[in-house]
Amino acid sequence: METVLFAILGIAAILAALLTITSPSPIASALYLVGVMFSLAGLYVLLAAPFVAAIQVIVYAGAVIVLMLFVIMLLNLRPVEEKSAAGWQTAGIAVASLVLLTAFVAIMSASSQLAVVNDVPTTFGKTVEIGKLLYSRYLYAFEVVAVLLLLAIVGAVALIRKPDSADGDGEAHAD
Amino acid sequence: MQIELTHYLLLTAVLFAIGVMGVLTRKNLIVLLMSVEIMLNAVNLTFVAVARYTADLTGQVLVFFVMCVAAAEVAVGLAVLIALWRHRGTMHMDSFRLLKW
Repeated sequence: METVLFAILGIAAILAALLTITSPSPIASALYLVGVMFSLAGLYVLLAAPFVAAIQVIVYAGAVIVLMLFVIMLLNLRPVEEKSAAGWQTAGIAVASLVLLTAFVAIMSASSQLAVVNDVPTTFGKTVEIGKLLYSRYLYAFEVVAVLLLLAIVGAVALIRKPDSADGDGEAHAD
Repeated sequence: MQIELTHYLLLTAVLFAIGVMGVLTRKNLIVLLMSVEIMLNAVNLTFVAVARYTADLTGQVLVFFVMCVAAAEVAVGLAVLIALWRHRGTMHMDSFRLLKW
């Protein structure tokens, strides 16, 4: 059962990822990316990580992709002509294959040395357990991430302000 | 056949390579951001798989942090894209070559 689910979800993830990077329309790319996110969420459930699966769906499929779709539709993006040189495409595929080959060799040579635990406790990956870790050992990192998100909000708002409103501060408060 | 850690690691390697290919071959900046997301997700899957097969929850906590950073990255990245769009009216990567030597 687990094997069948892994095969289905894995193949779905790979196919959706390939369609994401090959489809000419950005909207279609974003929708295929949702497929990648959902397949990965399913794999997280298989890997005893229900909390991670939930935030994968909520944060990625729910927030990140919707943000991208908003931007694509707001800017009314049409497919840009991708007439890059064929040599550049080949180089890209070659580099990606090289990355893949390196990873394969590394994984295959290390796979015999991995200390593998086949059974995990039933509470493994539950929200309570992750919450305990977040608020004890990783408390500082948690707080720093909160500051990072605040900075990202402020930075994003500052970046997309209209350039001519920079010196027109008084105009905004005129009436 | 029993699914093992190696199978998950191979799957993440394939996903990561697809992301690399997207970054290197596409010219649309939004699709470029999506390829980066695919790479981040491949790494997240590695974290979760290793966490499961070493029975150590630290991997899942790290995924939480990676997701926060990815969300911040997307927000700032899309803001940069909108600013670029206002200046140049295009999303084609070859239009932005001011820093290219």
